[in-house]
Amino acid sequence: MEFFKIKRDIPFMSYGRYTTAISLVTFLLAIFFLAYKGLNFGVDFTGGTVMEVHYAQPADLVKVREHLAANHLPEVQVQNFGSSHDVLIQIPLKQNVVGAKLSEHVMAILHKQDAAAEMRRVEFVGPQVGRDLIENGAMALLLVSIGIVGYLWIRFEWKFGLSAIIANLHDVVIILGFFAFFQWEFSLSVLAAVLAVLGYSVNESVVVFDRIRENFRKMRKAEVAEIIDNAITRTMSRTIITHGSTQMMVGAMLFLGGETLHYFAMALTIGIMFSIYSSVLVASPILMWLGVSREDFIKPEKVETEEVLP
Amino acid sequence: MNRYPLWKNLLILAALLAGLIYTLPNFYGESPAVQILPLRSSMKADTVLLGRVEDTLRTANLNVEMVALDGNSIKARFADTDVQLKAKDILKAQLGDDYVVALNLLPRSPQWLTNLHALPMYLGLDLRGGVHFLLQVDMKAALDKALEATTGDIRSALREENIAYSGVSRDGNNLLVKFRDMESRSKAEEQLKQRFSDYALTEKELDGEFMLQATLKPEAEHRIQESAVQQNLLTLRNRVNELGVAEPVIQQQGADRVVVQLPGVQDTARAKDILGRTATLEVRMVDDEHQIAAGGVAPFGTEMFKDREGNTLLVKKQVMLTGERINDAQPGFDNRNNEPAVHINLDGVGARKFKEATRENVGKRMAIILFEKGKGEIITAPVIREEIGGGRVQISGKMSTEEAQDTSLLLRAGALAAPMEIVEERTVGPSLGADNIARGFNSTKIGFMLIAVFMVAYYLMFGTISVLALAANLLLLIALLSMLQATLTLPGMAGIALTLGMAIDSNVLINERIREELRNGMSPHAAINAGYENAFATIVDSNITNLIAGIALFLFGSGPIKGFAVVLCLGILTSMFSSVMVSRAIANLVYGRHAKLNKISIG
Repeated sequence: MEFFKIKRDIPFMSYGRYTTAISLVTFLLAIFFLAYKGLNFGVDFTGGTVMEVHYAQPADLVKVREHLAANHLPEVQVQNFGSSHDVLIQIPLKQNVVGAKLSEHVMAILHKQDAAAEMRRVEFVGPQVGRDLIENGAMALLLVSIGIVGYLWIRFEWKFGLSAIIANLHDVVIILGFFAFFQWEFSLSVLAAVLAVLGYSVNESVVVFDRIRENFRKMRKAEVAEIIDNAITRTMSRTIITHGSTQMMVGAMLFLGGETLHYFAMALTIGIMFSIYSSVLVASPILMWLGVSREDFIKPEKVETEEVLP
Repeated sequence: MNRYPLWKNLLILAALLAGLIYTLPNFYGESPAVQILPLRSSMKADTVLLGRVEDTLRTANLNVEMVALDGNSIKARFADTDVQLKAKDILKAQLGDDYVVALNLLPRSPQWLTNLHALPMYLGLDLRGGVHFLLQVDMKAALDKALEATTGDIRSALREENIAYSGVSRDGNNLLVKFRDMESRSKAEEQLKQRFSDYALTEKELDGEFMLQATLKPEAEHRIQESAVQQNLLTLRNRVNELGVAEPVIQQQGADRVVVQLPGVQDTARAKDILGRTATLEVRMVDDEHQIAAGGVAPFGTEMFKDREGNTLLVKKQVMLTGERINDAQPGFDNRNNEPAVHINLDGVGARKFKEATRENVGKRMAIILFEKGKGEIITAPVIREEIGGGRVQISGKMSTEEAQDTSLLLRAGALAAPMEIVEERTVGPSLGADNIARGFNSTKIGFMLIAVFMVAYYLMFGTISVLALAANLLLLIALLSMLQATLTLPGMAGIALTLGMAIDSNVLINERIREELRNGMSPHAAINAGYENAFATIVDSNITNLIAGIALFLFGSGPIKGFAVVLCLGILTSMFSSVMVSRAIANLVYGRHAKLNKISIG
């Protein structure tokens, strides 16, 4: 079986203008939604209390909400979690209330309404911890970016490092844009997925770059654009199959992994989709514009010139 | 050309065999068990205790699968939870308050595996259920306490030396000592410099007053904070022991935080109570004049308390001193006869009170009582030999080094060095933990199967080889995780799935490369060789970028994210080995035997 039998190289580079325009638009849209709607930060970052409560029969959310409001907990978010039996209760940080005691208080209130309610999970995060997590997340993002640029610089050339990281940060922004647009909860595990995508999709650019370098050595007479086109065309089959395989795994997590893994898998899915696009159609045009040339890899032979001496 | 030398084949075989052995324990599951730990450091779990436990279980006619001494604890494994609970109650009643009897789970794997240190993966709290607390130590309070204590010490030092001063006050993190004239200030400076080496002294003049400013040196400040955290850790450890948790984790995290993880604990309210409790210490006089009346009634004005050996003592109700007056207690040695002793340092007020009390009661016994949960226990009841001034007290006599250590810990534990606040809590019920395992396992299984079907259909023989290599990868990854006993969390399980999904990339690269070389007209043997060789550099490059992300996540991630990062990094390493070496070895086995090859099955 073979999906891709491409005889002639596809002239990707001549589409460069359109593809870049497309990414620019999606990128700007993502920025817009990030600025306009913002990320729906989970309790990991904002601080607060999250409780997962299991009921023996399908839970009546309205009643639970009213019952909590009647017990002086009005600004509490109550929603289903996974199934109709499971309820997720989110309580924002409040001054004067000792966060760690709050979950017991809420459980006591819920037990008055239904003694069979079972506490499945409690997460309480204090404000200072949330701040630390945001700082650490930003540091991790920075470190990954620097590490990748540095590695590609050593391994290839600075132009490769720069174009790869631009392409992949563009993926990261787009993932964040999706999370802002749909207001999906941005939790610690989503952050982990975003960083994993960064490492994973750079890998995509690396495969193409490897081919480009190889082509510079083999295809001595070809133009730069031809070389890049050939590299992309010949790695395309691998790109689609690899990502398809990874996506099978991620898809299984998305549908079978339960609520906790759902958004983790969601971030990965978006990341995988866009990394196919960006590594091929964003990284390579940038690389070309940065002026990659054969001389970056092959030192021109020194031509001995005859000197005329007086 | 497509043949591995024998040593390479053997190496791969050995790696896979080791992988198999270390993965095995994960299949046996776990049995309910009871773990018995001595409560105090002076007591050891030994063969005598082992005998006692065995006898107790035998007389109770309980069906026990295994009893063994393991480090400083005894573990007993049972067939089901009913027996386990019964055994726990019986052992608790038999052994008394000196031992912690905790419920636990022990791997059911056969002895020979355990002897090889082959243990199942260590599950995180989100998979096995339990409580995770992050406590923040209030460093400002620790410093406040130290500065407060020094204020009193400076006063008594100046008084002792008869140096006139007009006041000692606190100004932020500095102490200001005021004097009326320059002469007494310079005298004081000399004295204070000797006694308070932790402080830097500077002279100041303001409104005609002569002042000496004592500033805590940065290294001393650091030491105070460090010891506050250490002391809180010790105290927490003592308290957690009481909860009867089998494998608690109590660790310092960063400069001022403490992580407490209690696997299997469901009653979070009680856990919080015990962790947040402040025990109190009281010093009272022992009443040796009266006798305990028949029927165990204490005479008027006295109370009965037990000491640590179980003897009952009559103690007066009047409190001489409370634990807040104790600044520090350290184990050490009596400088007269070199016997182990406990050195107690009282603050200014405490020193004065203690001096008065000891003056009036020379020759009598005093009792230091620790109150926890409203129950008092006499830690020690020494005889007062002479009047003790200056706030430095030494308790010695008939004490082992370990007892001295225990006693000083208890005296310090009377109050935490600095208050702590819970800044993060994560509690996972056992049913959710089991669900998480099932979900994680299921999605990995389904994902693996999908990939396997696709790879075999698309690349035929080479697809099969890739799938075998992927299975080897999974085996090695799980073996490595079991061997290192790294904590497996739900994100860690996601990490296993993700690394498998990503690992197939290397094999796709290789297979595509082989196809391409075949298209370019290479012979099958040459194509296989070229495919593996040419793809290798790319595989290394792309894995290293993944590794960079994994390491960054490990460095900056916390809790479950760290678990994900560990799996990611290990998975990258195993996948490099299996997708390149293992798959090549299999390909060589399949095709290497034929000297001439007309066709290979790669779709």
